[in-house]
Amino acid sequence: MEFRDVSKRYAGQLAVDQLSFKVPAGRICVLVGPSGSGKTTSLKMVNRLIEPTGGSILIDGRDVLREEPTALRRRIGYVIQQVGLFPHQTIAENVGTVPRLLGWPKERIAARTEQLLALVGLEPSRFALRYPAQLSGGERQRVGVARALAAEPPVMLMDEPFGAVDPIVRDRLQNEFLRIQRDQGTTVLFVTHDIDEAIKLGDRVAVMRGGKLVQYAPPAELLAHPVNAFVAEFVGSDRGLKRLVLLTVGGVDLDTTVARAAVSPNAPILSPASTLRDALVRMLASEAQVGIVVDRDRYLGVLTLSTIGRMIRDDT
Amino acid sequence: MTEGEPLIRWDWIASHLDEFAFRLGEHVELTVIAVGVGFVIAFALSLLILRAPRTEGPITAVTGTMYTIPSLALFALLIPYTGLTVVTAEIGLVSYTLLILVRNIVRGIRGVPADVREAAVGMGYAPREVLWRIELPLALAVIIAGVRLATISTIGLVTVTSLIGQGGFGFLILIGIQRFFTTELIAGAVLSVALAILADALLVLLQRRLTPWARAA
Repeated sequence: MEFRDVSKRYAGQLAVDQLSFKVPAGRICVLVGPSGSGKTTSLKMVNRLIEPTGGSILIDGRDVLREEPTALRRRIGYVIQQVGLFPHQTIAENVGTVPRLLGWPKERIAARTEQLLALVGLEPSRFALRYPAQLSGGERQRVGVARALAAEPPVMLMDEPFGAVDPIVRDRLQNEFLRIQRDQGTTVLFVTHDIDEAIKLGDRVAVMRGGKLVQYAPPAELLAHPVNAFVAEFVGSDRGLKRLVLLTVGGVDLDTTVARAAVSPNAPILSPASTLRDALVRMLASEAQVGIVVDRDRYLGVLTLSTIGRMIRDDT
Repeated sequence: MTEGEPLIRWDWIASHLDEFAFRLGEHVELTVIAVGVGFVIAFALSLLILRAPRTEGPITAVTGTMYTIPSLALFALLIPYTGLTVVTAEIGLVSYTLLILVRNIVRGIRGVPADVREAAVGMGYAPREVLWRIELPLALAVIIAGVRLATISTIGLVTVTSLIGQGGFGFLILIGIQRFFTTELIAGAVLSVALAILADALLVLLQRRLTPWARAA
C-alpha cells in the first residue's frame, strides 16, 4: 500500500497535507498522532469513505481512485472503534457480510464463519446464533475483527479498534490480533492515538501532526531517534523504558563469565524470548540484581541491571 | 330514544350479525386502502426528505396542515370534484395518515446508529442495499409504531365517512343517530373501537415477529 502526495482539503483547510509513505506487504503500519492530526481522514481515503483532493493511493500498484468504490471496499477489511455490528443480524450473519455481498455459496460462508469465530476465540456453537446486544464489548470487538477478515482481504483498515475496551481486554485483543495478522499475512493500516499501542503493534509507525507526516520509522528507531521535539514529547520521556518492550533477552549481550552455581538462588530464570521490560520487572522484584538466562535447559549466562541500563541509554 | 326503550336491545343485535359482518368488511377495506396508500406516499416523501433534507420543512408544513383540516370540512370540499365516492373518502383518510407516517419513517431511519451505517458502507454495501438491508430493518420498530397510530386514527375517522355514503361501522352510528336508536349507535361505536384494538394488537404481534433481535437484548 502506498500513499503518494495525498492531500485532503476541507473548506480551504488542509486536513491531510502531501502525505507519502509505503506500507510493505504483510506489515502493520500504525498512524499515530493527537486528535486532528489527519490520521483517520488518511485511513478513510484508502477505502474512499473520504475522497482525496489530490494525490493517489495505490494498493498492489493499482490506484484506488480508479476502482468502483463498493467493489474496492469488499476487498478491504474495515474495523472501527464502535465496531458497528449490525444489531438485527446474528453474529454468524454479521461475520458472513462480505462473503454474502460477494455471492459466495451458502455452505462456503457457513464454513468460513465457523472458522473465523474459532480464530478470534469465540466458540461457534455458543456465539453464532446470538445477537450483538447479547455480547460484551470485548466479544463484540472480536466479532468486528472476524467480520473484517471474512473474505480474506489482502488489506485491512483499523480505526482505533481496541479503543473502547478496558486495558486488560485490550492487551489480550492486541496479542490475538498480532497472532492472527502474522498468520494471515494481511497488510494493515492501523490508526490510534495511543503511542504504546503504536509501538506494540506497528512494524512501522507514522507520526502525524496537523495533517503532515512528521516521522515514519520502525518503532525502535522512533524511540531511539525522534526527529524533533514534537515526536520526542509524543513518544514520552520514558521512551528509553518503552524500548525495552521491543528488545528481547536473547538480543543483548549476556555475562557468560559467571558460572550458574555462583549466581544467587533468588535470581529469576529468564527465557531468551521474553522482553527486556519483563526481565527488568522480575529482576527488580527478586532483589537479585541479575537474571539467569536459560534456553530450555541450556544455561546461556546472566543478564545484569547495568546491561539493561545501557539499552535504555543507548541512542544508537 | 323512545320512552321505555332499553339502552341496548340485544335481540336487535342478534338479528343483525350479517349486517355487522358486511360493515366490518367495508370498514377494514377503507382502512387498509387508506393506510396502504398513505404508507406508499409517506415512504416516497420520507426518502425525499432523507436525500434532500431541505424538503423536510415544506413537506412537514403541508402534511401538518392536512392533519389539522376538520374531516367534515375536507369531505364537503371534495364532494364537488369526486362526489359521494370511495375516492372522496380515501383522499381524506390518506391525507390524515401522512404526517404520522412520514415523521416515524424519517425518525426511524435517522435513528440508525452512525457506526452501523459507516460499517455497512465501509464493507461495500451499495447505497440501495444500505437502505433495504440495514436502515429499514433497524427502523422497523419506529415505523411500525407509526403504522399503529395511523391505523387506529384511520379506523376512528372511517366512521365519519358515513356522511358521504361510506363509513363501515360509521353507517350504524349515523343511522342510530338519525333514528334515535341507541342500540345501533352503540353497536357501531363499540365495534369500531374493538376493531381498532384488534388491529393494534395484530400490528404489535407483527412487529415482534419482524424484530426478533429486539427481544434478545
